[in-house]
Amino acid sequence: MLKNIKQSLILSGMTIILFGIIYPLFIFAAGQLMPEKSEGSPVISEGRVVGFENIGQSFTEDKYFNGRPSAVGYNAASTGGSNKGNSNPEYLEEVKTRIDTFLVHNPDVNKKDIPSELVTASGSGIDPNITTDAALIQISRIAKVRNLSEVRLEELIREYTEGKYLGLLGIEKVNLLKLNIALDKIN
Amino acid sequence: MNTEILSPVLIIVVTFIIAVPLGKYIAKVFKGEKTFLDFFAPLENFIFRIAGTDPQKEMDWKENIKALLTINFLWFLWAIVILAFQNLLFMNPDNIIAMEPTQAFNTAVSFMTNTNLQHYSGETGASYLIQLIVFCFLQFVSAGTGIAAAALVFKALSNRSGSNLGNFYNLMLKSCTRILLPLAVIVALILIFNGTPVTFQGAEQVITLQGDTVSVARGPVAPMVAIKQLGTNGGGFFGPNSAHPFENPNYITNFTELASILIIPVAMIFALGYYLNRRKFSVMILSVMLLGFICLAASSIYFEMNGNPEIEKLGISQPLGNMEGKEVRFGPSLSALWGIATTSTSNGSVNSMHDSSTPISNLMQMLGMQLNAFFGGVGVGFINMFVFIILAVFISGLMVGRTPELFGKKIEAKEIKIAIIVALIHPLIILSGTALASHIWAASADPAVSLKWLNNPSFHGFSEMLYEFTSSGANNGSGMEGLSDNTPFWNIAAGIVMLVGRFIPIIGPVAIAGFISAKKFTPESAGSLKPDSVIFGVVLFSVILILGALLFFPGLALGPVSEYFSIMK
Repeated sequence: MLKNIKQSLILSGMTIILFGIIYPLFIFAAGQLMPEKSEGSPVISEGRVVGFENIGQSFTEDKYFNGRPSAVGYNAASTGGSNKGNSNPEYLEEVKTRIDTFLVHNPDVNKKDIPSELVTASGSGIDPNITTDAALIQISRIAKVRNLSEVRLEELIREYTEGKYLGLLGIEKVNLLKLNIALDKIN
Repeated sequence: MNTEILSPVLIIVVTFIIAVPLGKYIAKVFKGEKTFLDFFAPLENFIFRIAGTDPQKEMDWKENIKALLTINFLWFLWAIVILAFQNLLFMNPDNIIAMEPTQAFNTAVSFMTNTNLQHYSGETGASYLIQLIVFCFLQFVSAGTGIAAAALVFKALSNRSGSNLGNFYNLMLKSCTRILLPLAVIVALILIFNGTPVTFQGAEQVITLQGDTVSVARGPVAPMVAIKQLGTNGGGFFGPNSAHPFENPNYITNFTELASILIIPVAMIFALGYYLNRRKFSVMILSVMLLGFICLAASSIYFEMNGNPEIEKLGISQPLGNMEGKEVRFGPSLSALWGIATTSTSNGSVNSMHDSSTPISNLMQMLGMQLNAFFGGVGVGFINMFVFIILAVFISGLMVGRTPELFGKKIEAKEIKIAIIVALIHPLIILSGTALASHIWAASADPAVSLKWLNNPSFHGFSEMLYEFTSSGANNGSGMEGLSDNTPFWNIAAGIVMLVGRFIPIIGPVAIAGFISAKKFTPESAGSLKPDSVIFGVVLFSVILILGALLFFPGLALGPVSEYFSIMK
């Protein structure tokens, strides 16, 4: 028994060094070959860091393409989803309120055209994307607020659309941060 | 055409293609044959020399189990001490406080048992030091423990006679260095290349485009995500696990991480075929597993893509499907597939919030964990299947009126008794835990105010509790996270269930294997049961289904099934 404990102790110590220290440090060192990516891909606009490419941020103002609701208010230091069940009446009331709010801000949109992603919270609470269609239905609002032509905005969305892999796999979407930075640059 | 369904199919196909050579390689590692990674040998030998271990010294099942339990107990002590004092240690740039004792107990058990149930949230509950020297370390060695235990059973099945099953220390270390480590390095590099960070800098303050001030948590994410996926661990760096865009930034990483969940469990079965030189037998097992897996996955994908009927009633459109708790970059089909892959393999990572899945998906996720044999965890997946195989052999034997036997070894009363006990303990701990929690909830006055456990009312609230115990019992680690589970009751109850759910299903089958190994070999004759035949596959599948359905259906009927009927169109 004593021999077992001694072997186990030393084996544990060595494996802690190997898998808890050397392995992550090796990956860290390899990451230094891609410094931007290993820091989380910061996005710089007008000389300052405005966010990270893959970390969604809150866009609620009418002049920006709006993102999805977030259960944590886009707090990237304490992320998470709503964890509401499909049948939860409180949750469904909340979604209803979001639909009404959306319609107030986007009077030209038909209720039945609102895609559910714009009124449901993401799993991470910091979803950086919306689908291309969800961006397109916001065009008329933004055109009015910014005094831009709808055609110009549609072009912009197409330019920033990340298509499906090989035209087949995945979902057509836009990165909101990049799209809104580009939007700011037009005016 | 809706192309969303192509990705799940592609992932499964690619996984199987890679799993064949990987299985062949794993069999070689177990047998100690030459492989292209032999340059690890000096390192391993160095470790063994210092530890005073003779890796060639074979041990019987009791000595191996003793070794397994001893080293696991030391890991538990290591984890709980460090967790309880993380505030006093270094590498804690975000000044995270120490874990409360019951939470530290739960977390230490959780990572030691390969469960990775997380009653803390990664970015606010664990320092960088903890993430590496406790979590990342245990994610390797707990997976290595499972794989080594399976290797002991492999050896027993190949023995003509004798009670030596190999050396646990040797098999555990080599499972880590030869199987997990090389794969983890590959996966981690793919992740970094696609935008998963690996940095030791703390959270960064940013003023957003709209002018809000936010702080963005980061850390050495990539190495941990790689091993949590490969070792069917599932404990994420951040709270939302692989739904977090740093853990899982895009389609490619999602593909890689999803395939990583399945790859070793599938390869282990191919390895069995190569090890025993019974490839038809491993094809039979894989067919049973794949059939079960596809039934679960297809139902879940269908319902997620169809959306939430209650949202449809509100008069908006659901072009993608049920999007609550899901990320746009994955969409419902890949979220649903992940939900099934992670539950049927005891991985427990998530890329969408299971609490917000449709009721039928919850049903399938829980079934995946309750049956726990459709691929299953690394190593332990095969071990669970081994118990079902013993039971199926026994039932087949009864049906034809012969002494049940497997590979020329008689299966007798002692083995059957152990198999039955192991098969029944799993539902026992899950159901009695859920019953206890439900009782406490029902017996307390105004539980929504006094206990505050449940985030959802009615059937769904019950599902949250059933899911938590199912996940602990199956050493899965995912959760319907609406459950406020960081309370002494849940920390201790789930901790005990995890311990029983981990070690009984390892000790029992290894003991059975030990007994079988020592028995007299009688050559197979025309009358012997053919365990690689289609008909045996049918019996095996039925045993799993009947046992699972009978034991768990009443509980499931109260939760997800009732919820489904309550919101049907």
